[in-house]
Amino acid sequence: MVTAAPAARRRTIATIALVGLVTLLALGSLGTGPVKLSPLTVLDALFSGGSDVQQIIVREIRLPRAILALAIGAILGLSGAALQGLLRNPLASPSLFGAPQSAAFGAVLMISLGWADVRSWALPVAGITMAFLSVFVLLGIAGRNAGLLLLILAGLAISSLAGAATALVMNLSPNPFAALEIAFWLLGSLEDRSFRHVTLALPFIVAGAILLMSQRSAFRALSLGEETAQSLGVNVSRLRLLVILGVALGVGGAVAVTGTIGFIGLIAPHLMRPIIGHDPARLLIPSALTGSALLLAADIAVRLIPSTTDIKVGVLTSIIGVPFFLYLIMRERRALGGGVA
Amino acid sequence: MSDQALLTASNLSVTLSGRPVLHDVSLSLNRQHLVALVGPNGAGKTTLLRALAGLQPSSGTIHVAGDALASLPLRERAKRFGYLPQGHVVHWPLDVKDVVALGRYPHGATDPARLTSSDKAAVARAMQATDIVAFADRRVTELSGGERSRVALARVLAVEAPIVLADEPTASLDPRYQIDVMKNLRDVADSGVLVIVVTHDLGLAARFADTVLVMSNGRLAAQGSPQQALSDDIVANVFRISAYRAEHRNETIILPWAGV
Repeated sequence: MVTAAPAARRRTIATIALVGLVTLLALGSLGTGPVKLSPLTVLDALFSGGSDVQQIIVREIRLPRAILALAIGAILGLSGAALQGLLRNPLASPSLFGAPQSAAFGAVLMISLGWADVRSWALPVAGITMAFLSVFVLLGIAGRNAGLLLLILAGLAISSLAGAATALVMNLSPNPFAALEIAFWLLGSLEDRSFRHVTLALPFIVAGAILLMSQRSAFRALSLGEETAQSLGVNVSRLRLLVILGVALGVGGAVAVTGTIGFIGLIAPHLMRPIIGHDPARLLIPSALTGSALLLAADIAVRLIPSTTDIKVGVLTSIIGVPFFLYLIMRERRALGGGVA
Repeated sequence: MSDQALLTASNLSVTLSGRPVLHDVSLSLNRQHLVALVGPNGAGKTTLLRALAGLQPSSGTIHVAGDALASLPLRERAKRFGYLPQGHVVHWPLDVKDVVALGRYPHGATDPARLTSSDKAAVARAMQATDIVAFADRRVTELSGGERSRVALARVLAVEAPIVLADEPTASLDPRYQIDVMKNLRDVADSGVLVIVVTHDLGLAARFADTVLVMSNGRLAAQGSPQQALSDDIVANVFRISAYRAEHRNETIILPWAGV
């Protein structure tokens, strides 16, 4: 089809541009901090040039942070695009469904039980389990072909429940300092993360991403509704389970090392639709790249914004994300209003 | 295989949340037939259609060209049935040609941008048959209801399945489009396909179908040629109406006239 060419070219250019942007932001992230380094110095230090101090700063202090921002941003963007594809719903996202909040509860429980240090896998495993449970329950409550309103109400209920459960754990914590530590951890941050955190989270994030990507063409068939997709040979119930599992692996693994970082999954696909188009399968990779770019940029911003105490990156993404969510609600007002009538 | 029925079902029953919706339906249908499935609201027409396509679990057995439906993998089933549900929903503003290309999904063409030449040919045939070539590059969401229903039909035709199941394809269309859609389906049937159409329009059923299946309360109340299956008695018993009957240019006219 001759007419497909310009659209395909635009998608390729956009993807390449995004890769370039993510690379630049990653270099920026490696150069930002108390010691400012130019991108060239960063590259030099990365490949065993420069002074010892520069090497330690870049490769041991800032590299894990940049890798985590890149990977977690990507999996959040990918999860958002996958959930929006699964539910054919532009307001679907892990954070609106309470997945990170539930994962955080699992992780907090492990921290307060004191298992986090002894068994390092306890944190991600608990996070993944709770994230899986939350999305599974949510889709169970909302049912098949659920409308916007139902999904968002169920998501609100589940994130409130997860929040309450987390509050209970903090309430019962042995001393105020432990509670405070948990509270700060919950805000979501990439500060002071080491390669131990990377090895803890990355396998789950990669597994989740592979799982979600492997289902991408099914999202396209789902554009025509579940019944039609089924008639085209898509096993819809299996697809649902795999997507929930993929999102839970990614989000649970991410939350376990960074706390809750919300709204990237909601925003990333929306930024890409005007450029890439609405095909839910084509949106996955650009959304992942956009997620990476957003989180890297936010994580650079929290280091640049002058403040007495450091701002947590999760706070920043929410401050930007919630108004964006309000804007989306305004745009989807008709669909939401129709759900009530 | 031409001497055996293409689609047979024996003793199909479906119970939905404790209520029997389909009761002991048996049928045997041949290729190159346009079958109209009629009946009052809630008679079980859609359920029967979904059960035949394997989208609705049912007790009883279904055979497609001699193969038990239950033994066929999902992909294989998808190649044998083109299924057009009610409503023609498309959740994202996709291009018309990409929607039609999804009909090739069961054949392994999961990306509309990467179609084989045979997939492209099938898509082109389907778009020509439904006369939608002119808006191939427009978004489905920008089309009128009639245009969108033709796109949905094109998507089903692109499967090039031996059986096409269409659930109320003429609902909410203006008279011209209703006739166009039925003519399309008639052509498809004439090309060798078994087409089953659910409709509330007895006039269209009588005029275009070879066989009419009449459903009532989950059972098959009558089946046969339009004259047999839509006789005065059956129409009165099942639909509780009397119909005006006439002939026009050698075609049967049935017009629901009054309640009885």
